Amino acid sequence: MSILIDNISKHFGSFQALSPLSLDINEGEMIGLLGPSGSGKTTLLRIIAGLEGADSGRIQFGDRDVTNLHVRDRRVGFVFQNYALFRHMTVADNVAFGLEVLPKSKRPNAAAIRKRVMHLLDMVQLGHLAQRFPSQLSGGQKQRIALARALATQPEVLLLDEPFGALDAKVRKELRRWLRGLHDELGFTSVFVTHDQEEALELSDRVVVMSNGHIEQIDQPGDLYASPNSRFVFDFLGNANVFDAQFSQGKWQNNVASLQLPDEAPKTAGQIYLRSHEFHVSSVATEQAFLPLKVVAINLIGAEVRLELTPIDWHSDHIWEVDLPHKAFDKHCFEKGQTVFVTPKAGYFFANGQATPQPVYW
Amino acid sequence: MSNRPGQSHQLRVGDRPLIKYSLIGITLLLTILLLVVPLISIFQQALVEGVGHYFASLLEGDTLHAIGLTLFVALLTVPINLVFGVMLAWSVTRFEFPGRKLLMTLMDIPFAVSPVVAGLLYLLLYGNNGWIGSWLYDQDIQLMFAWPGIVMVTVFVTCPFVARELIPLMQQQGREDEEAAVILGASGWQLFRRVTLPNIKWALIYGVILTNARAVGEFGAVSVVSGNIRGETNTLPLHVQLQYEDYQAAAAFASASLLALIALITLLFKAYIEWHQEKLMRNESDQEKQVAK
Repeated sequence: MSILIDNISKHFGSFQALSPLSLDINEGEMIGLLGPSGSGKTTLLRIIAGLEGADSGRIQFGDRDVTNLHVRDRRVGFVFQNYALFRHMTVADNVAFGLEVLPKSKRPNAAAIRKRVMHLLDMVQLGHLAQRFPSQLSGGQKQRIALARALATQPEVLLLDEPFGALDAKVRKELRRWLRGLHDELGFTSVFVTHDQEEALELSDRVVVMSNGHIEQIDQPGDLYASPNSRFVFDFLGNANVFDAQFSQGKWQNNVASLQLPDEAPKTAGQIYLRSHEFHVSSVATEQAFLPLKVVAINLIGAEVRLELTPIDWHSDHIWEVDLPHKAFDKHCFEKGQTVFVTPKAGYFFANGQATPQPVYW
Repeated sequence: MSNRPGQSHQLRVGDRPLIKYSLIGITLLLTILLLVVPLISIFQQALVEGVGHYFASLLEGDTLHAIGLTLFVALLTVPINLVFGVMLAWSVTRFEFPGRKLLMTLMDIPFAVSPVVAGLLYLLLYGNNGWIGSWLYDQDIQLMFAWPGIVMVTVFVTCPFVARELIPLMQQQGREDEEAAVILGASGWQLFRRVTLPNIKWALIYGVILTNARAVGEFGAVSVVSGNIRGETNTLPLHVQLQYEDYQAAAAFASASLLALIALITLLFKAYIEWHQEKLMRNESDQEKQVAK
């Protein structure tokens, strides 16, 4: 079922949690709401569910206006961050809850409920745990049960609040893949909230990046990564190294450091945002770039080696991070304390006063 | 600092044998002198003229009436405060409204104020010369010096017990379970009966036991509003005093032994519930450990 969010706003006391925002979600789509804490993503999710009322605006499921419809009657599935399983009920009773509270006229008989519950538990691959209590389950199992419970009433909209937040990295990855599979198989419309950019990019059809109660950008994961439309989105998706540049003598300069302008780049001052893997690193400067940095830490992170670098005789607000493949690292054998020179291959240029960037390539 | 095994336990603060054993000794001594000895002596004094006399004095008309009235008052008070306590706890933990903090403070007034003062206030308001009382008197309704007054002050004195047990628990549990239930389509009553009530069950039982114990034993407030009419508005605690003043020491102690018995049963119940809850929690953490393995 498609979801239409039209001019929704919300404040708590004097705090503006959501500035008026609009969002169209297509039927069968999986949408990730991505943003730091306090960005309003959970508030938006709760408003879609009906757990919070909006101050203004309109929400529509398909062509049904649900703005003033009670939570109980919206018939959405909701998975809470801490699962909110009923601790005094068995797993089977938890899953059956949504069916057992149906009015008598719509409620299936006991045998039909039992059958449906077993079917749902098999679907989440936990049929053997039907008689356990929630306290006897691991985090990943609780998550699956919470999902089975939410799906019991066959909602057409599934909402998930930080669904994998409390799980360890390995289980998270597994469950993510499994949820995506389930979504594709059953064809409901899903909206989930996360602060983990990797999760949002991997799982969603489209990602909605939020900050300070408004939407920064809505795009498919690939487009979002390739063409972020603001400093915020760039910063939030992956690590950005920022070169704060003056324009003089035909170059971008910051004290002793300097960077040759690519052909099409605007000849003005601004910030160049550079992703950590878009660099060559060597012990000598190149004609294109003079960016001397000191190695302060070397971290081995899986497939790559991450160098943490501080500027020498020029200024940056943050430590720079550069990722190298093991092969490149082994060739140079950089050491802590050593001076290195980095040469960017591609980046994004934000001219001073401009909110949107221009890609630059050398 | 070196932490040689076998020595480390001596480094713990305040763990010197002299201090340890003298503190334990004094505490035990005080407990025996102040609690155990009086408790035993109640039963001993009650039985001093023999078992036959003990039961005879309990079965005497006025005593039986006092027992009956006391149970009757408790029977009305406990359900009233059960409902009121749940409502109060629900509203302060589930809703935000102006004056919520104030309400939580006001709730403790019955604990803070002397019961005699509470009794006097009720007498002032509802007595035949009081604001409300004089109007009620014209309607031929008498609250003070009759059982309704006794119930009213007992309700007042015992009203915080249930809410006080529930509020911390409900705050800790949060409202997520209830939100989940409503999203799944539960009506208000289904939500309360199938989700909220099972979650607060043990705290609720505990609150009821405390309410009952206090309702049965209340003296100060009741003595002000009851008028001490023997065989009519005399509850058991008041009856003990009357008997004692009438130089019927053994009978007074016999009645008192009933109150002491109720207190002991309350303590047993309380111990059982605490044991039960600890067991629940131990089970949960054991199971979580097993799951982690």
